[in-house]
Amino acid sequence: MASAPSLAASISPSTPPNTVARAELSEIDASTKVPAIFFLGSSLLWLLAGTLFALISSFKLHNPAFLGDAEWLTFGRVRTAHLNAVVYGWSVNASFAVALWLMARLARSIVRHSNMLMLAGVLWNVGVTIGITGILAGDSTSIEWLEMPTYATPILFVAYALVGGWAVITFRFGRSQHIYVSQWYIFAALFWFPWLYSIAQIMIIFAPARGTVQALVNWWFAHNVLGLWFTPIGLAAVYYFLPKVLGKPIHSYYLSVLGFWSLAIFYNWAGVHHLVGGPVPAWVITAGIAASFMMVIPVVVTAINHHLTLVGSFSALKYSPTLRFIVFGAVNYTLASLLGSLMADRNISEVVHFTHAIVGHSHHGLYAFFTMVMFGSIYYIMPRILHREWPSATLISVHFWTTAVGAVIMVVVLSVVGTKQGLAMNNAAIPFLSMEESDVVRATLDGLRVRSYSGILITIGHLAFAINFVWMLLRPRADHNTAPTLFRNPEPDLEVSSR
Amino acid sequence: MNRAPLIFLGVFFALAFSWTGIVLTNQIAYGSLEPVFDESEGKAFPESIPGVAAQGKLVYQDLGCMYCHTQQVRRPGFGGDIDRNWGERQSVARDYIRERRVLLGTMRTGPDLRNVGARFAGEGGREWHIRHLYDPEITSPGSIMPKYKFLFETRKIVGEPSPRAVQRLLPADAQPPEGYEIVLTDRGHALIEYLLSLKDVYTYPEEASRVYVEPQPEAKNGDNAANTNSEAQQ
Ligand code: HEC
Repeated sequence: MASAPSLAASISPSTPPNTVARAELSEIDASTKVPAIFFLGSSLLWLLAGTLFALISSFKLHNPAFLGDAEWLTFGRVRTAHLNAVVYGWSVNASFAVALWLMARLARSIVRHSNMLMLAGVLWNVGVTIGITGILAGDSTSIEWLEMPTYATPILFVAYALVGGWAVITFRFGRSQHIYVSQWYIFAALFWFPWLYSIAQIMIIFAPARGTVQALVNWWFAHNVLGLWFTPIGLAAVYYFLPKVLGKPIHSYYLSVLGFWSLAIFYNWAGVHHLVGGPVPAWVITAGIAASFMMVIPVVVTAINHHLTLVGSFSALKYSPTLRFIVFGAVNYTLASLLGSLMADRNISEVVHFTHAIVGHSHHGLYAFFTMVMFGSIYYIMPRILHREWPSATLISVHFWTTAVGAVIMVVVLSVVGTKQGLAMNNAAIPFLSMEESDVVRATLDGLRVRSYSGILITIGHLAFAINFVWMLLRPRADHNTAPTLFRNPEPDLEVSSR
Repeated sequence: MNRAPLIFLGVFFALAFSWTGIVLTNQIAYGSLEPVFDESEGKAFPESIPGVAAQGKLVYQDLGCMYCHTQQVRRPGFGGDIDRNWGERQSVARDYIRERRVLLGTMRTGPDLRNVGARFAGEGGREWHIRHLYDPEITSPGSIMPKYKFLFETRKIVGEPSPRAVQRLLPADAQPPEGYEIVLTDRGHALIEYLLSLKDVYTYPEEASRVYVEPQPEAKNGDNAANTNSEAQQ
């Protein structure tokens, strides 16, 4: 096996063979320690809170009496709290951590001004806490993805501006001449998000546009948070960790450039496919559908690039937790995006629009792709900034299998049940709700129950992750050399070098 | 070679393109639509919603009804919206121009509510909403819509029973103890006024031709949609 030595070298955290470079990396990693741990710790807390909200809302959907009398936990609020906790709490905090660690490494720059970052981090989390409390208390704006009340959003904006400012400084002082594709993505994401967010806030909330222009702004924003923030950050991580863990370069530089620019051009038009059939000009929808189809280009190009990088090294999946999560995420990026392009088609949208299939699709993108990639990244980053290993390989394994299986069940079940729901809803001969004959509402109930069970599975995974994370933080630093925590030990001929 | 400026330009123009196309262009194209004044009716459409109903819309927003109900009717022949009697016509952009917050929605766990005021109207409609909000199972057995009992208040009768008392509409097991009554809170009252106000009936002259495209039976090749129509009429 040609890749064997490089595989061994790569699974070990001490990738750069030359000691000087290694010392430098280690110094860079150390400088990211405090802010990265702060963001990761907060993201973990939000992940747990978001999971709890998710379970509550999922159970309520097939059993409305569950916690049925608590106004602040009514479905419309707790579901919204779930979305905001996992998007702005978990995902954004995790993206900040991963992005800052990657940026420091790729720019080969020690993190300066970490006070600025810490202030941003504190503000961001205060903002999210106020926002979610506001939603539960009844101050939601009821604009999807922008529900946080107006007394929370300016705090978020200031926090974000601090992160952005910090990023510019880090980029300026970076010593690396070459700009790696992960940096492109992070850089673009950092720039796109505030633009999207401020326009959406202004045109929908502070000085609302008239009529359904608001809806266009809403979906231009909401879909782009996924496409121009989470996707680039997720892809940046894949582009970094995949070759890093495998110890070989990314298959093709040109494909990665093509993937980047085609994503930049097409993704941001795609969002209006959420309004197919709605009271907005038909040409915008057509443009949105066309852009959604065009998304096949960046997705396929990226998939090929990743696949060809991985080819020949599949056995590494047996050992490396990071790789396993990242590859699962990357595969689901491809699947979710291709299905998304398909779902934008008018005839398919006629059925699946307004159904649970869309909810399934969101989880495909934000969970099976993005969240899994973040998990993988965290498994790589933590040992390097803490200089200690993950305490339990079993917990990592539990984490992987429960979340992977849970996510697959959830996406499949919601897609199937949503399609059923949509077909029934479009056939006016089937009553919406009836105790006598089959109806639209009850056609979904079994599926919704299975979705709750998949949620329980995912919750177990998150708990395993949380235990491992806290255990790792509290564990004393080993004073001797340690080996990385792998799922199993590589074959004896693969020597895992010590740190 | 430092390519950062080039990347920056590309990244900037990529988003600027869609921002101009989706947001700015449409803001210019129809962001200043005005209500239409109808001489024969002597008023402008769409009508603005009355004050209490506007309060009720805030309740609708804060309780998140939008996550299970849309407020947009798709055109005849596209989905089952018209066949399900969710509206007489498809929703058009002008219907929404008086709304400070547009709640089109993206999920139909429950029916579309854009014209629910036409389905449940008057005193009968009000009473239906009271029963339905108190516990959807009263009017709709098997419903998975949440109960909104917290929009009601059980309180001691002091002096005369309140004219707002609603327990006579509720089933036996929901009756309050002797000497108590169940009243609709102000928020509940406003919410119901809002629901009663929801209907788009007016057809704008310039949209008349576009709005009322009768579904062409042969365009659908006699498949589901055509069958549906005939079955629905039986
Ligand atoms: C969990 C999803 C859910 C939420 C949240 C929800 N509903 Fe419903 N709603 C339904 C379902 C399902 C039905 C159909 C069965 C029924 O009549 O209860 C329905 C039916 C209705 C109907 C009757 C429509 C018709 O034409 O038959 C009205 C009116 C209504 N809901 C109003 C509301 C209001 C107001 C709120 C917010 C306070 C709300 N709903 C929140 C699920 C929901």
